[in-house]
Amino acid sequence: MSKTLFDKVWDTHVVRKIEGGPDVLFIDRHLIHEVTSPVAFLGLKSRGIKVLYPERTFATADHNTPTINQHLPVADPLSANQLKALETNSNEYGISYWGLGHQKNGIVHVVGPEYGITQPGATIVCGDSHTSTHGAFGAIAFGIGTSEVEMVLATQCIMQPKPKKMRINVNGKLGLGVTPKDVALYIISKLTTSGATGYFVEYAGDVFENMSMEGRMTVCNLSIEMGARGGMIAPDETTINYVKGREFSPKGEAWDKALAYYKTLKTDADAVFDKELTFKAADIEPMITYGTNPGMGMGISHDIPDAAHVEGGAATYEKSLNYMGFQEGDSMIGKQVDFVFVGSCTNGRIEDFRAFTSLVKGKHKADNVTAWLVPGSHTVEAQIKEEGLLDILNEAGFTLRQPGCSACLAMNDDKVPAGKYAVSTSNRNFEGRQGPGARTMLASPLVAAAAAVTGVVTDPRTLIEELV
Amino acid sequence: MKSKPTGEIKKNTMAYDKFTVLKSTGVPLPIENIDTDQIIPARFLKATERVGFGDNLFRDWRYNADNTPKKDFVLNDSTYSGKILVGGKNFGSGSSREHAAWAVYDYGFRCVVSSFFADIFKNNCLNIGVLPVQVSAEFADKIFAAIIADPKTELEINLPAQTITLLATGEKETFDISHYKKDNMINGFDDIDYLQSIKTEIQEFADNLPL
Repeated sequence: MSKTLFDKVWDTHVVRKIEGGPDVLFIDRHLIHEVTSPVAFLGLKSRGIKVLYPERTFATADHNTPTINQHLPVADPLSANQLKALETNSNEYGISYWGLGHQKNGIVHVVGPEYGITQPGATIVCGDSHTSTHGAFGAIAFGIGTSEVEMVLATQCIMQPKPKKMRINVNGKLGLGVTPKDVALYIISKLTTSGATGYFVEYAGDVFENMSMEGRMTVCNLSIEMGARGGMIAPDETTINYVKGREFSPKGEAWDKALAYYKTLKTDADAVFDKELTFKAADIEPMITYGTNPGMGMGISHDIPDAAHVEGGAATYEKSLNYMGFQEGDSMIGKQVDFVFVGSCTNGRIEDFRAFTSLVKGKHKADNVTAWLVPGSHTVEAQIKEEGLLDILNEAGFTLRQPGCSACLAMNDDKVPAGKYAVSTSNRNFEGRQGPGARTMLASPLVAAAAAVTGVVTDPRTLIEELV
Repeated sequence: MKSKPTGEIKKNTMAYDKFTVLKSTGVPLPIENIDTDQIIPARFLKATERVGFGDNLFRDWRYNADNTPKKDFVLNDSTYSGKILVGGKNFGSGSSREHAAWAVYDYGFRCVVSSFFADIFKNNCLNIGVLPVQVSAEFADKIFAAIIADPKTELEINLPAQTITLLATGEKETFDISHYKKDNMINGFDDIDYLQSIKTEIQEFADNLPL
């Protein structure tokens, strides 16, 4: 029978099917961080269970970590305690632990691929919804709750009903200043924040085929923002070239065996999806969000739509615009910007910093803007320095912070104050996400750069054209 | 595909309260797309034990910056109470934090009713003993209207029969839940006992994987 890429990877990992219930799914690689793992370890302790395959779990500290002065003790006692718990639990159960200051430390979804933990055709889970990132490699990767973290630690399996399948095709050539982030925000704006709930998405078409691994990770990362459990892209030469030779990638004979498996990982020509959607690359502009969920996005040159033209209740829509301090019909161009945040598992990779730097080069940070540039990992940080980007950034009035999740969810001190506006390359514009009362506009690194140098929301194409 | 049973399935842990029939008033929250950052903001995720999350349920909707209660929020309105939270469409979107489900449970809710749930939140609820009940949009509207008209009106959630009933009028709907999860909730079991019982099968399976 014809199968989709998703079917192939899923079916390969089903240990057992339960009648009238979920599948028992084997998990190849498990990533953990400090926030969603401590209660899972407590569960193991109270049941007296060991970790079944400690070599399949990898721990990194990221959500709580400060992004300055990482050599000093963590000031917040609650954060320090949670970070300590991750270290203690990892050591006790024999799990690789990449804590603060460790060379491999960074955001879990940035370091996983960097070190080859992420492999095509693997099943990967983490107690974090943006685990969907790893689908960029043709893996089935999704976020799980803490009860499931405990299941994976104890048995390397979770129990999941098989989701429905959706394919999203985007074909054509992306326009000037249009990045993978814009492609994702465009798709989410079309599907809404719940439009892919119950589905696992495969992205197909030449737009994705021509994307770098970094770009594919940005797209797959945001799958959860339209409700999909995950998204994936069939592995190709780009994928294999990225994976080959990384520390935890298979080597020697194991690599040959893996390569043979990777080559089977594509959707059969006549395989059927439960839902299929197609978009044109030419219709996508640089995007920005104006509301309080990632589905509330639009081309940056558009005006905020009327309640009558959006799906859902008018009351919810009005509440959202009130929170943002925006009105129906407003143009986003020229809106106030107080903070710019570049980073997160969505856009904290080297390509994102290259894009940001390309636009701010030779310009200067606007005085009214506080900019937080937070690399996703030490590897990204080192690359920024090696490529000479840091010098350009410094000259333009920007500094670099240390790796971590930072202002994406504001669990550390990187909080946008109440009422202030932030253009952020992260993934969620929910109320209070970047700090209580903070107002977030999601966008690409290029849109963030344009805002950072002009001090207001600006179409980056106007600045790129200046450069050309 | 392996489907052979390997011995008796051992299920003996009381992971949470058993759930059979729940009769209660409900608390209405007719807002769409309520995300897990609203249910419990990230800054309250720093505990290393599962205690006290109910205090911060809907923290920023419930309290002002100076920690005084916001009078117009439904959890601060003594008119409404009960073990059933009735939320708008697409309840629980966003983060995978199980803390959101813990907060709902710890506050005292045993059931969340909505016309649509986000996947991970729904899974998390089922794993910790909060029953997510998905109803039609029309029935959700009826429930909201009934509670707002009479906050003392009761709902009955019957898990064995998979029904939700507005007791005042007798109007009811059936809801979906997998046979496996239903059995777990009725008996207070969780998944780990099941998975532990098939560990040998899992280990054999792992030895034959392509990666």
